[in-house]
Amino acid sequence: MSDLGIVFALLGAATAVLLAGAGSAIGVGIAGQAAAGVVTEDPGKFAKVLILQLLPGTQGIYGLLVGFIVLSNIGLLGGGVADISLQTGLLIFAACLPIGLVGLISAIFQGRTAVASIGIVAKKPDQFAKSMLFPAMVETYAILALLISILSVTSIKI
Amino acid sequence: MADNYVYAVARIRSKENSLFSNSVIEQLISCKTYESCLQFLTEKGWGDSDTEQDGEAMLSREREKMWQTMRELVPDMSVFDVLSYTNLFHNLKAAIKQVVSGVSGAKVFYDDCSINGETMVKIIAEKNYQALPENMQEAAREAYETLVQTRDGQLCDIIVDKAALEAIYQAGMKAKNEILRQYAESTVAVADIKIAVRSQRTWKTLDFMKQAMAECRSVNVDQLCHAALNGMDSICSYLEETDYAEGAEALRESSSAFERWCDNRIIKTIQPQKYNAFSVGPLVAYVLARENEIKTVRIILSGKQSGFSDDSIRERVREMYV
Repeated sequence: MSDLGIVFALLGAATAVLLAGAGSAIGVGIAGQAAAGVVTEDPGKFAKVLILQLLPGTQGIYGLLVGFIVLSNIGLLGGGVADISLQTGLLIFAACLPIGLVGLISAIFQGRTAVASIGIVAKKPDQFAKSMLFPAMVETYAILALLISILSVTSIKI
Repeated sequence: MADNYVYAVARIRSKENSLFSNSVIEQLISCKTYESCLQFLTEKGWGDSDTEQDGEAMLSREREKMWQTMRELVPDMSVFDVLSYTNLFHNLKAAIKQVVSGVSGAKVFYDDCSINGETMVKIIAEKNYQALPENMQEAAREAYETLVQTRDGQLCDIIVDKAALEAIYQAGMKAKNEILRQYAESTVAVADIKIAVRSQRTWKTLDFMKQAMAECRSVNVDQLCHAALNGMDSICSYLEETDYAEGAEALRESSSAFERWCDNRIIKTIQPQKYNAFSVGPLVAYVLARENEIKTVRIILSGKQSGFSDDSIRERVREMYV
């Protein structure tokens, strides 16, 4: 049974990286399509739309960060794997869920908001600063989830 | 999937910047002569080097450019069927008349639709109706035989026009996008109202009107026909009970005021598409906005050529999308 502890701990790290990363890939992908559409007509707006395209990419980084902390805590990165009980493994898994799930959903919706904001830049490039705020609002919830995941993962005694 | 249009909608958003606003239209009206209007349009990027001196060629070129863009953006052009049926059925009408009369006229066909003039004439001449879309076959056969037997061009026209309205309505109702459904509904209803008005003015019979009108949700064909038999006031009174109540007011003013109201109504309907980023709606809105813009420029150019005053032209110009 004690082997299952490390399995759940790794599953937690994988969930954080996989879900948040997939969300970011979808978000950046959809925003990239819109950015390409604007640049086709007006290459001068490349820098502005690129920034908007990249906004949904942060969730993937947050997932990666939580994944690294988990791997580091359980000793996988250092070479000596800690002896992790099933209860501790499940705790680590639960700690990774916030950034995994919230990362996935927030990145997709941030991508869609970025698409709408790219529409603002296409028509009114002088409103770029305002247009950035809309997708940035979605980021708040990814940051909250990241905070809880990091606090939880680092608080678990191994 | 709605997300398939993200790239296309973003490109259209950029292109919307070059659409004429009401103030640009005002500048065009302020140009003193037809030639200065053409120069103004050339400076705005309209037409190309071959069309600088020819207004009609310039407008055709602009329509070609628009459809070229749409072909680049939309892999399945059938979403625009609702919009292109008018031109397609026009080609059918022109081809039937050309084949029956044996006279090939000037440039009477639209080339930017799924069956161009040359192909349409070949199909009609060979009576190869199966080569036409299913919703055109019966109308083509009936219109051709009617024209051959009766030589009545108007009867041929109403058969094809009614088939066109029915095709637009069916395609619109099948469409997943709300704007296409609204466009189809509005187009058929407005066409029915125009038929009623013209029939009333030319003392047409009830049978003629029923033969020409297509069914739709927002206008009751039977009631509209009976209203037309009773006079213009009856048509206006009937319209006041429908979604076209404001149109009744315009109709009382004049036919051109009513047509202007119809076009402005469509532009008002498509306005919300300016804030939609994920469906085919903004592309349809762009096509309609471009058609409206080209129509308005044509009205201004014709007015300048005919020596109308600026105020007289201004009364006829449509509201712009941007």
